[in-house]
Amino acid sequence: MTDVMDGTRAREEQEKDRKTEVIVPARYPGRWIAATIIFVLFASFAYSVATNPGYQWDVVWQYLTYRTVLAGLGWTLALTAASMFIGIVLGIVAALMRQSSNPILSVVAAGYIWLFRGAPLMVQLIFWYNLAALYPTIDIGLPFLPPLVSLSTNEVITPLVAALLGLGLNEGAYMAEIVRSGLLSVDAGQREAAQSLGMSPAHTLRRIILPQALRVIVPPTGNEVIGMLKATSLVSILAFSDLLYSVQGIYGRTFQTIPLLIVATIWYLVAATLLSLVQQYLERRYGRGHSRRAQDGMSLLMAPLSSALFRRGAGK
Amino acid sequence: MTATPMVQIQSVCKRFGEVEVLSDIDLSVATGEVCCLIGPSGAGKSTLIRCINHLEKINTGTIEVNGHLVGYARRNGQLHELTGREAARSREDTAMVFQHFNLFPHMTVLENITEAPIHVKKESRASAEAHAHALLDRVGLAGKARAYPGELSGGQKQRVAIARALAVRPKLLLFDEPTSALDPELVSEVLEVMRDLAREGQTMIVVTHEMGFAREVADKVAFMDQGRIVEYGSADDVLVRPRLERTRDFLARVLRSHVPQA
Ligand SMILES: Nc1ncnc2c1ncn2[C@@H]1O[C@H](COP(=O)(O)OP(=O)(O)OP(=O)(O)O)[C@@H](O)[C@H]1O
Ligand SMILES: [Mg+2]
Repeated sequence: MTDVMDGTRAREEQEKDRKTEVIVPARYPGRWIAATIIFVLFASFAYSVATNPGYQWDVVWQYLTYRTVLAGLGWTLALTAASMFIGIVLGIVAALMRQSSNPILSVVAAGYIWLFRGAPLMVQLIFWYNLAALYPTIDIGLPFLPPLVSLSTNEVITPLVAALLGLGLNEGAYMAEIVRSGLLSVDAGQREAAQSLGMSPAHTLRRIILPQALRVIVPPTGNEVIGMLKATSLVSILAFSDLLYSVQGIYGRTFQTIPLLIVATIWYLVAATLLSLVQQYLERRYGRGHSRRAQDGMSLLMAPLSSALFRRGAGK
Repeated sequence: MTATPMVQIQSVCKRFGEVEVLSDIDLSVATGEVCCLIGPSGAGKSTLIRCINHLEKINTGTIEVNGHLVGYARRNGQLHELTGREAARSREDTAMVFQHFNLFPHMTVLENITEAPIHVKKESRASAEAHAHALLDRVGLAGKARAYPGELSGGQKQRVAIARALAVRPKLLLFDEPTSALDPELVSEVLEVMRDLAREGQTMIVVTHEMGFAREVADKVAFMDQGRIVEYGSADDVLVRPRLERTRDFLARVLRSHVPQA
């Protein structure tokens, strides 16, 4: 009996002690030193960027919204969108073919991925652009029979077509692997549940499997889009008037190489920033049911922005 | 004699590679009957119930639900396997509830339930949603229509899965160990819903280790071992007065491991 009383009293005293104790957060002097060094380095770099006349900020400013630069930006964005679209469609088809139980389909898909992922993109672009050297005409008709329509390859393969073929086919090979990993990430029970409710295979894929696979597919695809944005600059070798080609045209005349490359870089960075916001929006959209709260579209788009600006709940 | 049974299984064999997992299975379940499948692990209970839904292909024999072959068509005296879309249609009279629920995590509870009625049965959205709300009410989850599966407890998930299966108005409902992934205190809420269904005359085949439930609800019990139905009869016959030594052993083992909590 007294034992119990003693125990209780001892615990009460401990409680009282605990209430009065103040917790002092740990101090990390190393962090302050590192931060100071980095700040000094950054400030001196910023100073040099602002004062070094070589950057020619007035020229940068002058050409930033120049008409041919904006037109080039437009082409770069359009080419990125079109090539990604081709790449995603090809990627889904190739991923489904690889999973097929038909060995011919799966071998063809594996071969496509092997070839177009392995060969350098620059080589692929030049190859498509020079297709006429191999096939002077493009014939449409039944195999081994005289063609119904015959077109000159040089007229069909414009720089735009060569760019779309090169970028799209290459992207499709990468997307195929991304889509395949997404499809594999969906539990087999999902397909069985859909089947047991009488859903057709196509409906199951479209409504049950793909939306869940997208949760895995979207983040790496975001990387692919931003990679594509920059990869489109390779098409300047085909004399295609994208963003890089249009600033090259200007500094070829004016020799203001550095400021014009800065112009192009600024626009690439702006586009990449906007694209990553879209990616964050999509990630939340297809994370539905995995994050606890469902959110409406607008707050989804604004959430990454506001959390980046205000760092709500940081440190929690 | 009575009308044709809801489920008619005749001399079904099923092999995985060389291994025969179902040997010469015959089973018939009358309309409105509840049949429980019991037996040790690896006996082939899941495989049999999945064959009834054509989630697994059978090697020989026939399975008919509501008078129609499932997954196969009879042409010129031969059975031809159906391809995806036709097979989907041949499952129309059946729905299944899984051990691990298999709810669609990207859809709300309401969308989970209405997806098949709207897109497979071509019901109007309004009537499908009205039916879904009625079903949710019936399984005691009236307030959860807008929740996502990730926000529900295991017992709630399984009750949603039952509502989803009922939404296609199945003539036959299959259950594969519907309570074995649940915490013990959540088992009863699911069994309660299944008891109600049995009382309302829903034809069901239930793979279960809940012997109390089987005794109370089942009209027929089939004891499976090594791919065969070795003992079959009324719940009392099989569970209380089993003929075979094997059945007695199994029941003794299950009862020992499922000692009721004090
Ligand atoms: N996909 C498969 N491939 C090969 N063998 C399988 C496959 N599925 C099941 N089997 C085998 O078939 C046999 C029966 O399995 P089944 O899952 O039907 O047993 P069960 O009676 O449901 O057992 P449990 O009570 O453990 O669920 C087992 O020996 C199992 O290893
Ligand atoms: Mg099983």
